[in-house]
Amino acid sequence: MPLSTNGHPRRRGHAAYPARYSAAGLLRHGLSHREWPPAWQRHPIKSSYDVVIVGGGVHGLAAAYYLAANHGITDVAVLDKGYIGAGGSGRNTAILRSNYLTPEGVRFYDRSLKLYQRLATDLDYNVMFSRRGHLTLAHSDASLRTMRWRAEVNKAEDVESEVIGPTEVKRLAPFLDVGKTARYPILGALYHPPGGIIRHDAVVWGYARGASARGVHIHQNVEVTGIDVAGGRVRGVSTPQGDIATRVVLNATAGWSTLVADMAGVRLPVTTYPLQAAVTEPVKPFLSAVIVSGTLHVYVSQTDRGELVFGASVDPFTSYSMRGSLEFAEGLAGHVLHLMPALAKVRLLRQWAGLCDMTPDFSPIMGATSVDGFLVDVGWGTYGFKAGPVSGEAMAQYIASGQPPGLIAAFGLDRFAAGALVGEKGAAAVGH
Amino acid sequence: MILLPCPWCGPRDASEFGHVGETLPRPDPRTVTPAEWRNYLYLRANTRGWVVESWYHRMGCRKFIKVERNTDTNETRLFPAGNVAAHAAEGTR
Repeated sequence: MPLSTNGHPRRRGHAAYPARYSAAGLLRHGLSHREWPPAWQRHPIKSSYDVVIVGGGVHGLAAAYYLAANHGITDVAVLDKGYIGAGGSGRNTAILRSNYLTPEGVRFYDRSLKLYQRLATDLDYNVMFSRRGHLTLAHSDASLRTMRWRAEVNKAEDVESEVIGPTEVKRLAPFLDVGKTARYPILGALYHPPGGIIRHDAVVWGYARGASARGVHIHQNVEVTGIDVAGGRVRGVSTPQGDIATRVVLNATAGWSTLVADMAGVRLPVTTYPLQAAVTEPVKPFLSAVIVSGTLHVYVSQTDRGELVFGASVDPFTSYSMRGSLEFAEGLAGHVLHLMPALAKVRLLRQWAGLCDMTPDFSPIMGATSVDGFLVDVGWGTYGFKAGPVSGEAMAQYIASGQPPGLIAAFGLDRFAAGALVGEKGAAAVGH
Repeated sequence: MILLPCPWCGPRDASEFGHVGETLPRPDPRTVTPAEWRNYLYLRANTRGWVVESWYHRMGCRKFIKVERNTDTNETRLFPAGNVAAHAAEGTR
């Protein structure tokens, strides 16, 4: 019997691939000490696919999953230059919400939140979705007014959202300083009960497992180095491991999206900014809600392990560098202590950065380009993770039917030339 | 963070500056088409590697300057090495 790296007997064949995850299975594995079967399979790269998806993050993998699951299109390859979930999908702060400002935005993210809520059942994979309630703090009359506006738009779209006062804020998050003498006094908050957090790696792995089980090929460490366009049509992509012929290429590469689009001769109104985040040592659970302050450029949530996850706004200049900076940690610590002075002795465990593909109107770009067969799902800026499922679903529908679904019709690349921007800056720029 | 070589003040912390980024020639408003104007407003090269870009030294000499920066590594260098006239022209933009 072949032995695996950990010395345990390896399971022969994959007759029951993918294995169903269950409590009984966990007990059986615990007793037998056998290796778990891999969650997704490896394949040699074929010379042609019906659809090639560039970017193995939550967007690319969700698109592949829904192509196979909803539309029966299984001859699909997902290519990633690194490992899956190495980019924004593994670097975000995993906050989910749908209390946006424009009706287009609210409808779209609400669909995504609903998909996230039942994702564990759909994928048979524990994605650890946790409904926490989401509080966006108002430190000025102006932001309180904007929140009332957002709450009304949300309610009109049937999304739970309301403006609450400082007493209610204190009840939901007792560690917040709601005193009148605070440097940034809390005048109220936009309360969004369905908001929550999720395990972002599990979402990526769950989609990869579901897509692979339906026949999708996932190729890691395969970098697309060129896109073959002839007569205004996509013919294929080239990689160091060989050329792949295809008629449909989906660019889902977030911070690197302009580099991939340039290969097809398509220009995108996207600039790349790093966004930094940090996590503290684990402490006892004390914070159930997700706390956001736009004025202080900070958002805080506590994971199931007890670590506090902090995020901020994007760095002040464009860059592809993912190095963290001391200035960020310093500024972040100051802002967090304005909100929760009790955290003064908590130590930071680590900090990191991800790349955000920012658009002029803080809304995504989804759909066709001037090159036939070259589709984009980019421009996700600082809010891409929470939109993963719905973008995958919508792009899969687009690829299968050739028509943009109504939910994403407003987010086409042609809106910039037409001057029909979808202004989400107020609700998307910092408010996670 | 990073140091930017200001031709007037020397190397200074990037937090003293406002990032203007890639600058494009402004089209002639008398002849420009709406499509060209929107390209001017929205489209940037978003280059990965060495770029020449504008920064505003808001907490220093309050001049617009040009800096060469590698967007992959954030290395910076003076642009064009010691050419003061180019920076003066940038300041009058």
